[in-house]
Amino acid sequence: MLSFIVKRVGQSILVLLITGLVAFSMFTFVGDPIDNMLGQERTIEDVERLRQQLGLDKPFVVQYYRFLEQAVQGNFGVSYRQGRPVAEILLERAPATLELAAVSGIFAILLGIALGVFTAIRRNGIAANLIMSASLIGVSLPTFLIGILLIYLFSVELGWLPSFGRGDTVDLGGWTTGFLTASGLKALILPSITLGLYQMTLIMRLVRSEMLEVLRQDYIRFAKARGLSDRVVNFRHALKNTMVPVITVIGLQLGSIIAFAIITETVFQWPGVGLLFINAIQFVDIPVMAAYLMLISVMFVGINLLVDILYAFIDPRLRVAA
Amino acid sequence: MTNSKGLLALAALLSTTTLASAETLRWARAGDALTLDPHAQNEGPTHTIRHQMYEPLIIRDVTGAFEPALATEWAPSEDDPNVWVFKLREGVKFHGGEDFTAEDVVFSFERAKSENSDMKELLSSVVEVRAVDDYTIEIVTDGPNPILPANLTNQYILDKGWAEANDTVAVQDFEGGEITYATTNANGTGPYILQSREPDVRTVMVRNEEYWGRDQFPMEVSEIVYTPIQNAATRVAALLSGEVNFLQDMPVQDLERVAGADGLTVKKAPQNRVIFFGMNQGPDDIEADDVDGANPLADVRVRKAMSMAINRDAIQQVVMRGQSEPAGMIAPPFVNGWTEEMDGASVTDIEGAKALMEEAGYADGFSIRLDCPNDRYINDEAICQAAVGMLGQIGVTVNLDAKPKAQHFPLITDGKSDFYMLGWGVPTYDSEYIFNFLVHGREGDIGTWNATGYDNDELDAKIKSLASNTDLDSRNADIAEIWKVVQDEALYIPIHHQVLNWGMAEGVGIEVDPEDQPKVKYFTMN
Repeated sequence: MLSFIVKRVGQSILVLLITGLVAFSMFTFVGDPIDNMLGQERTIEDVERLRQQLGLDKPFVVQYYRFLEQAVQGNFGVSYRQGRPVAEILLERAPATLELAAVSGIFAILLGIALGVFTAIRRNGIAANLIMSASLIGVSLPTFLIGILLIYLFSVELGWLPSFGRGDTVDLGGWTTGFLTASGLKALILPSITLGLYQMTLIMRLVRSEMLEVLRQDYIRFAKARGLSDRVVNFRHALKNTMVPVITVIGLQLGSIIAFAIITETVFQWPGVGLLFINAIQFVDIPVMAAYLMLISVMFVGINLLVDILYAFIDPRLRVAA
Repeated sequence: MTNSKGLLALAALLSTTTLASAETLRWARAGDALTLDPHAQNEGPTHTIRHQMYEPLIIRDVTGAFEPALATEWAPSEDDPNVWVFKLREGVKFHGGEDFTAEDVVFSFERAKSENSDMKELLSSVVEVRAVDDYTIEIVTDGPNPILPANLTNQYILDKGWAEANDTVAVQDFEGGEITYATTNANGTGPYILQSREPDVRTVMVRNEEYWGRDQFPMEVSEIVYTPIQNAATRVAALLSGEVNFLQDMPVQDLERVAGADGLTVKKAPQNRVIFFGMNQGPDDIEADDVDGANPLADVRVRKAMSMAINRDAIQQVVMRGQSEPAGMIAPPFVNGWTEEMDGASVTDIEGAKALMEEAGYADGFSIRLDCPNDRYINDEAICQAAVGMLGQIGVTVNLDAKPKAQHFPLITDGKSDFYMLGWGVPTYDSEYIFNFLVHGREGDIGTWNATGYDNDELDAKIKSLASNTDLDSRNADIAEIWKVVQDEALYIPIHHQVLNWGMAEGVGIEVDPEDQPKVKYFTMN
């Protein structure tokens, strides 16, 4: 068992290192950050001095090595665009993204499971069919379009909800939260729906198909034959057995909610790490891009590692195979 | 909680849409200031925010003309042609209550010329700044400098005592990631006082009731809330929904929608930026074409033919939806040296262009790569696409290569492009600035943006002499002569002048500033 875990951890670290190397080799193609950093009156000496100072005159492998060297000491460098330490900026931006991800995650899970169960039980009902058809829109429309449509409807036409930003926030010892003010809560509604809609439809469709599967099982028929009420059959027996694969998928999807918040944050000018990343790409802010990409890959690799190890605990056959 | 209570709470939540007082300017544009340090970054939005809180000696008003700010009058010294004398405004106080004196000006200029400063290039001719008395200073230059005042309109003055007390005498080392007190705090003499700031999220400023010009300027805005909104559609939605009442960086395709909306207006004015194509005409052979052993661009007839093939009116109407002014020279109007005659000189003449091509020996045309940015100028890539079709009519097959600005501009500064798009703004409002960067041959720090390979020693000498020619009439005559060469040689293919659009709610009164630098003290609010 131990050797299995050690092996998996080793593989994960290798994946992380390769991701970083690929990322750094791509940065050369994004453009020259110097161009954005100095005005049009810059002199050739200025350009050369800055290039050397930032280490951009070195090959990307050397740049990558330097980044790793600093990163293991907790130093992610200095943002070219903002002139502030990257770690500080990321910490400052993280609460916005995590709060948005949490709210859209909860929205996706609650509504997804509820609608999934409903459409499974009322398989042939009109409402269920309507929901199923509508969910196709949620899956197929791109996020930015959904965001803009929501803004158009609820901000421009109805004027109920803000079209951008986080509203007023309260600072709780370094963690800025939008949960404690009315404008902060209002500002969360549209971005959360935009970000969670895809996950919501995904969970809903998964719950529905799993539930339909379970409802066909013999033990459900026996339960009905025993004269148990529909409620007990559907929720105590069927739903419980439906949830095993659903929970696995939800766990993996939560990671992607954080990672794919980029588009939603851009549409709603949500001051989180995703918006920071988009800014960084446009400005060729290499330290911010590198730190963000490493953070996201650590998160994904970490989740997958955890899942792998959990599976090994549950299923002894995997251990033997390893 | 019962259902009805929940609904009630939701309704209450939805109905409290913020209705701020009419005097709050809720202002959005695409980007945010990078720092508040007065000398750390020389960049548009950063200057915009600073201009509300800090003041230079001289500013430009909405027409681009000089207006006294912290200096009340200025003139070259009668005794020494290398010296400019500035009389300072008396009775001015900084936001912190400190008195404004010559000492602060000397300190600020020394700071602006220091190692980490991003403003030092504009002061490269300045040798010394000295205080004569409390309200008079002299700026000594390394030779007569007739256009020095034009370089001072973004050189802000901060309080010496404040900088010393807060350990911000040195300019923040931006690239080194240094954060000083001046990065996040401001103490200027300007019309607005910083109240709070979250970078990239929100900056709030309140009116300075003690401002020296409180009665002289409208100053009807009592509070400024500045929010950067990057996504163009969201930005426009925020204006349409009334969440902001003043918008810069309006997307061209939404202009009609905003102008047609109730309670909103769009104002426009020509911007201080001209868009043009550059051609590498210096070398005997170039890489981006399919002609072996010769450079078609080296022939002035080919350059003229290419310029004649561009239908600027069509670009204005179709690509720019009317939001541009066709150009005939690469200087924006308002720049000293610009003439209506030269700017109106472009003609579209396909037959004439074909004849010129034939005369030059390229009757069958040739093919060439055009490098174009896709995120820098308004509709930049679409303009290039239009040019591809137009040049095709005279047999020039253009392969378009459009890239983000961070990849495009190094091609020009490194001389790796043979045919490229470039836009140019002129902060000094004088042709010398254009000649130094775009016409003078590449030598060290001069001609850094001239990728045309054009190098004319006689012309270069004339350009250099402009810097110290204090006789304005003879200087202007020289400028006109240089322009004549640039036009006759068809050094560049001018396309158009960009037009700036500002969107605002009715009641907000301001004229568009050609440098895209709104100064809120001029705003009226009804």
